Amino acid sequence: MTEYFLQAFIYLVAAVITVPIAKRLGLGSVLGYLIAGVVIGPVTGLVGAETNTIQHFAEFGVVMMLFLVGLELEPKVLWEMRNRLIGLGGLQVSITTVAIGAIALALGQVWSVSLAIGLIFALSSTAIVLQTFSEKGVSKTEGAQNAFSVLLFQDIAVIPMLAFIPLLALPELVEAAQALAQSADHHESMSLVAGLPGWAYALVIIGAIIGLVVGGHFLTRPLLTFVASSGLREIFTATALMLVVGIAALMSLVGLSPALGTFLAGVVLANSEFRHELESNIEPFKGLLLGLFFITVGAGINFGILSDNLWAILGLTLGVMALKGVVLYFLARLFKISGSDRWLFTLSLAQAGEFGFVLLSFSVQNHVLPTELAQTLSLVVALSMLLTPALFILYDKVILPRFEDRSNEGQPDEIEEMGTVIIAGMGRFGQIVNRMLVGIGVNTVVLDYQAGQVDNLRKINTRAYFGDATKPDLLHTAGIAECELLVVAIDNQDAAVELVEYVKHTYPNVAVLARAFDRGHGYRLRQAGADVIQSETYCSALEIGTAAMRKLGCHPFVAEQQKNSFKRIDAEQSDILYKAWLADTEEGERFDTHYRDLFMQLEEQIKTAMNTDRVDRHSLSDRGWTPPPKGYTDALKDKED
Amino acid sequence: MAEKSVLLLYAHPSPHRSEINQPMFEAACRVNGVTAIDLYGEYPRLNIDIDREQQRLVDHDVVIFQFPLYWYSTPSILKEWQDLVLEYNFAYGSEGTALHGKRFLCALTAGAGEEAYHTDGYNHFPLNELLRPLEQTANLTGMEWLPPFVLFGARTAADDGRLDVHRSQWQSLLEQLTSGSLEPGNLGEFCTLNQYLEGAQSTGGEAL
Repeated sequence: MTEYFLQAFIYLVAAVITVPIAKRLGLGSVLGYLIAGVVIGPVTGLVGAETNTIQHFAEFGVVMMLFLVGLELEPKVLWEMRNRLIGLGGLQVSITTVAIGAIALALGQVWSVSLAIGLIFALSSTAIVLQTFSEKGVSKTEGAQNAFSVLLFQDIAVIPMLAFIPLLALPELVEAAQALAQSADHHESMSLVAGLPGWAYALVIIGAIIGLVVGGHFLTRPLLTFVASSGLREIFTATALMLVVGIAALMSLVGLSPALGTFLAGVVLANSEFRHELESNIEPFKGLLLGLFFITVGAGINFGILSDNLWAILGLTLGVMALKGVVLYFLARLFKISGSDRWLFTLSLAQAGEFGFVLLSFSVQNHVLPTELAQTLSLVVALSMLLTPALFILYDKVILPRFEDRSNEGQPDEIEEMGTVIIAGMGRFGQIVNRMLVGIGVNTVVLDYQAGQVDNLRKINTRAYFGDATKPDLLHTAGIAECELLVVAIDNQDAAVELVEYVKHTYPNVAVLARAFDRGHGYRLRQAGADVIQSETYCSALEIGTAAMRKLGCHPFVAEQQKNSFKRIDAEQSDILYKAWLADTEEGERFDTHYRDLFMQLEEQIKTAMNTDRVDRHSLSDRGWTPPPKGYTDALKDKED
Repeated sequence: MAEKSVLLLYAHPSPHRSEINQPMFEAACRVNGVTAIDLYGEYPRLNIDIDREQQRLVDHDVVIFQFPLYWYSTPSILKEWQDLVLEYNFAYGSEGTALHGKRFLCALTAGAGEEAYHTDGYNHFPLNELLRPLEQTANLTGMEWLPPFVLFGARTAADDGRLDVHRSQWQSLLEQLTSGSLEPGNLGEFCTLNQYLEGAQSTGGEAL
């Protein structure tokens, strides 16, 4: 028992220390886990052989991840991506398999071994890539969506591969294994389909999948409703786990990939009202197990073999990644994925994946690969996974900025007309401002540094010009010296502050109206001299707040008044807070405790002001139209007398 | 003849179409001792700042409502202003004496000619009758009600060449109010301040 505690503690400590640091350094959590594994495994030797066992257990994190991926993916969406799934994914797997197999063949391997190697390295790491996509917030980009299609295809392709690989068995390895009494093959020890003829096997598989889809659709809802109505959170969690584990078990029993099974179950449940509840229950398990999985990958790196064949392994790793990258890049061109998306697609999928480990151990069990070769190859897989975060960093730091620059470098447009109003930044915000002003016949000049955006605006007859509004010469050609107003609606907060500062300093007569991101940004804009500052979400939040009051039964007009008093008090307090902020800033500290105390104190004031009646029983917010006290007319009569 | 400060509260919801009121307001802005407030300009969302408006009342001796007559009454913002600013225990009630002793008058333009504001006219009531609610408001708040300064038939006043007279009378009225030379005692039975001002011009300042 003590031993388990100690081990668990070591894994947890390693993760707790390394992952946040890696995240802070911009390396992403996956690399953090891998480093943690390297530290507790090969470097310090705190954990040993048990990592292999744990790794098998932790692979279940991948299964859970695919369940969650399925939950996010409605059947309709899945159907819509069928072309990319089969076209892009199918081509990636087959071309990469052939290419890598050919090279292995050229390096002197037998054809069956070469083919197995090709299959193993055709796969990429769903776990690393999806995790990194969601951490970097790029999941919705075209590059990431396409990468997802490929990963999904690969995960599905694992199933036929598992069926196919045993056929590649090497006779001499089989013989050697037979001498060892054939005990290593435990994979088929628990199987419903062992020994069934082909047609029956097919029937069982089809039956299992239909059962999964139909059962998932019709049985889970009543079950979840029943469990949810008990109001016991932990039982709901247990049910969620039970579903995932049960499906994984069923799939293993019929010889299908558990990952595929849970993915299908996820898709079936994607439309269910329990989707988010299931997600939030499975999510922590998935995160921990995946983390554990990556730690074991790190810990499993055999530095002995690595140092013996360092250059060969490094060369193989880089070779594999380069080859995969070339195939991906070529496919991206073929499928018209362009710009930075093409590079995201190429770089994100260039590694080998966790299914590579699964296939490697499976191949060894089935006497397809000799053990020593498998160990070397597993190092290549691990190293390529280890290098993936570096590729993401390369994408973030080198490629993405270059693309932003390339589409935005160029010569700024020639500006033909001068306007009375210059609008810098044509996102959703700037567009509305522009439409209003143009609507009443004001001459506006619109500047935006995203060429695509400018093109779109031009198509709908907006006089937009491409160029960086923060550059003085562009402002000058746009007529800043003669215009009356500058509206600052650019997204980059620091650039917005600098722009305001520059314009107020150089052209003090130009009124500057600035959109602030939040309170702090608003203060900085105010300090820079902006004449009008509006927080981008403030007004809509006020409207939602007012709508909420109405929904709660507040009379619409009263709700409106409450909104107005809130706004007024907030504006007054904003001044006080700004001064506190200014004082703090001069002392070199922003939002320090003084500011925070003041903020809370003022928040208290708002409550008081909006709720409590004044001494004269006129509440402040409800001041207008408060009737005079009952019987007040008596006093008036007295006066008349 | 102590100098008096005048608070002009001007309400015109479409000043860019105004032929008379807007120039009158602009003229008033230039008169010393007059604080001219464009209510619609200051409160485009009708969220009148009660404290600010009460302070303005306290700071002045004469209060003028300047407006085009809308449905025999003020434009809505002036009603809103009354509803909000003339609070209990500020303008009326046992402690509501803030306005006592101030003077109050309306400077308005009316679309119909003067003859329409007559028992026999199509508006059936004399203007002073129609303004009774405002007069009683002044009474209850302890302000002295002065007859209104009116331009009848305002839509045709420019074509008829009546604007110059009206403007000079307006100028003169504001000056007399600020200098304190206009004494309510001199107003006698005048229905409008226009009559008083005409009389003052034609008879050399003597009231009829």
